[in-house]
Amino acid sequence: MSSATARKPRPKYLSLPAILFQIRLPLPAWVSILHRVSGALLVFPFVAWLLYLLDASLASQAGFDHIRHYLGLPLAKLGLLLFAWAYCHHLCAGIRFLLLDLNKGIELGAARRSSLIVLIVSLALTAWIGVMIW
Amino acid sequence: MNKRVITGAHYGTRDWLAQRITAVIMVVYTVIVFVCVLGGKPMGYAVWRDLFAQGWMRVATLLFVASLAWHAWVGVRDILMDYIKPDGLRLALQVLTILLLGAYVAWTIQVLWR
Repeated sequence: MSSATARKPRPKYLSLPAILFQIRLPLPAWVSILHRVSGALLVFPFVAWLLYLLDASLASQAGFDHIRHYLGLPLAKLGLLLFAWAYCHHLCAGIRFLLLDLNKGIELGAARRSSLIVLIVSLALTAWIGVMIW
Repeated sequence: MNKRVITGAHYGTRDWLAQRITAVIMVVYTVIVFVCVLGGKPMGYAVWRDLFAQGWMRVATLLFVASLAWHAWVGVRDILMDYIKPDGLRLALQVLTILLLGAYVAWTIQVLWR
């Protein structure tokens, strides 16, 4: 290690704007942080929302009709779309992480390719679900 | 390999493994539900109710939510350990997380066996 490197203040803490705008995250890093973001969103509020939908829709014919009408509202559709993305991204990225745990695709090139595939496939699945909703 | 022996510490291996096993359980359930909903009859109240009236579907759904709670506990705890530095606040958020996930499981049982 050169003396110039050794004199730099370490550890270096980064602000959120620096992470977002100054540093170019490699694709696997985007998949990783989005895995966290989508996971947190799924825990709250999406699981609570889905349990509410399941509860009301199974309760009675009237409840089912109410939920069907409610899910037709534009804001509810937007919520469903965001949920679909969070679920698809978390699922696809999770499968990638399981494969990485099994030492599959851990070379740099393969890892970058698989992270691009995760981002594209989850967005494509979200778009497909969006088409089904609208 | 870390050979230190400190009573009660698992060095995260058990949580790490549990998170992955529960992930696989949830993938399987996701595929089953997708096939049932898209491959079945046009969705109406009767079809929807009958789907969740079956014993295996209730058990599978409860297993899914239980897996989700365990999986999410490991994940949320990791996030809180990474970003929340004050011990008191982190403990409070961890307790809230446990209460939330426990409520999810209880709510699921209530909805399925009503």
